[in-house]
Amino acid sequence: MSTAPHLAAVPTDPPGVTGPAAVASPWSRLAAVANRTWVRKLLLLALLAAAWEGYARQLANPLLVPTLSDTVRALVQSVRDGELPGRVAISLKLLLMGYAGGVGLAAVLAFAAAGTRIGAELLELLTAMLNPLPAVALLPLALLWFGIGAGSIVFVLVHSVVWPVALNAHAGFSSVSPTLRMVGRNYGLRGPLLALRILVPAASPHLLTGLKVGWAFAWRTLIAAELVFGVSSGRGGLGWFIYEKKSELDMPQVFAGLVTVVSIGLAVEHLVFRQLEARTVRRWGMRT
Amino acid sequence: MATAMTLAGAPLLDLAGVTLEYRSGGRRVVATEGVGFQVEAGERVALLGPSGCGKSTLLKAVAGFLPPAAGRISLHGRALVSPGPDRIVVFQGFDQLLPWKTVHENVVFALRTARGLRRAEAERRARDHVRRVGLAPFAHAYPHELSGGMKQRVAIARCLALQPEIVLMDEPFGALDALTRERMQEELLELWREARFTLLFVTHDIAEAVRVGSRVILLSAHPGRVRADLRVGEGALAGDAHDAQARVRALVFDALEDWSI
Repeated sequence: MSTAPHLAAVPTDPPGVTGPAAVASPWSRLAAVANRTWVRKLLLLALLAAAWEGYARQLANPLLVPTLSDTVRALVQSVRDGELPGRVAISLKLLLMGYAGGVGLAAVLAFAAAGTRIGAELLELLTAMLNPLPAVALLPLALLWFGIGAGSIVFVLVHSVVWPVALNAHAGFSSVSPTLRMVGRNYGLRGPLLALRILVPAASPHLLTGLKVGWAFAWRTLIAAELVFGVSSGRGGLGWFIYEKKSELDMPQVFAGLVTVVSIGLAVEHLVFRQLEARTVRRWGMRT
Repeated sequence: MATAMTLAGAPLLDLAGVTLEYRSGGRRVVATEGVGFQVEAGERVALLGPSGCGKSTLLKAVAGFLPPAAGRISLHGRALVSPGPDRIVVFQGFDQLLPWKTVHENVVFALRTARGLRRAEAERRARDHVRRVGLAPFAHAYPHELSGGMKQRVAIARCLALQPEIVLMDEPFGALDALTRERMQEELLELWREARFTLLFVTHDIAEAVRVGSRVILLSAHPGRVRADLRVGEGALAGDAHDAQARVRALVFDALEDWSI
């Protein structure tokens, strides 16, 4: 006798697939298009843009609020002459250095916390003390220690990244089910191998959240730090670009800089983190 | 028919005077006291007892997750000190599969990690065992896409693929509905007829103990002690399951006046 036929349980719909696929009339097709979140968001964005343009034209004071069209023109111009991309490159380079340093340090702390009780207590104590400390508040100290330039900015970036990432990783490792740990130990996994093969993937939703929060913190901290003292041997990043243009009263360029800050933040969120999430925790059904 | 299958040689699993303790809110709780029994190769031993008799704790100790406070647990005469792939546990919870791996990859991971097999060999064995539990069409589904019964089938397939010396099951069907549970019990016996593995099966369900076990060891509660060691044998499988169940039920209530729900 072969194994009994399994129950008529079928896999649940993959996430993201909802509603009936067949669409009959053009009207319902239109309704289906309007029903897409991104279509609605695009419409809202267009409305906001129109409101900006209308208000700026009515105000007619380009020193306070330049029009959207002027801003776009300024943006295109400074992209074309290479100034803005150069500034963005400087900022992103600093950002990646700080982010990598912060994530690396957080990994060391979180693994120590996962392995030893004293490590866990140290991490809890450090995050409780240092997480509420705004990164920018460390700038004066950073200036003293590292001088004006990249070193100081990377230092405050590391500070802004390490605590949220470590905190989330620690929460993630602690929430791994005892059953899953026992499964790993049952296969003879111990110590670092158990952490790598079982704890890390099992904590992936938390880890991803930590990386996302860390990224957002780093991006904000970077722009703020650059606004305070962005210049390193005459070459500043995006924050410094905004500050500089304000001093020159070139308001369309100031707004172009702000639009760039927002765009990069959105792009990373959507292109990097959302994709990563879709390929990992969503596919695994681990995002609740 | 009434005797369990025994093989020549030393007992596969030997528990002698095993006392298990754990801490609960600073107090020391004795889970089992002086438990002793032996399991021979190919036997299906059901550990039956009310909640609080320490049967799950006992299974964890055999698995090596909990060192005994007194006594000795040995496999082929060698004392057990740590967990190992010679004793694979199937847990009750649905969270024992790695959610980030498909059904097939779960089995492959176990074979590569615990047995150190190369990928090709692990894949071949995984396919074979997934097919045996009837889940070949779901080999590339992720655990969250499976029903509870299917998840437990994967856990059983993953365990049997590793070919452990002894299979340890901790109320594996306890969270399933009654119909699925009965079908899973049948399937488990079917798998046993194919592979003749040694099984230690923890349950609090008399019917399940009689159906699955060729031998039923009865534990009393607070602390757990062996009260009876009943040989059910193949008869229970063949058709007079009701008879056997009635007999065990009578013995159970006889042996355990303090049977609690």
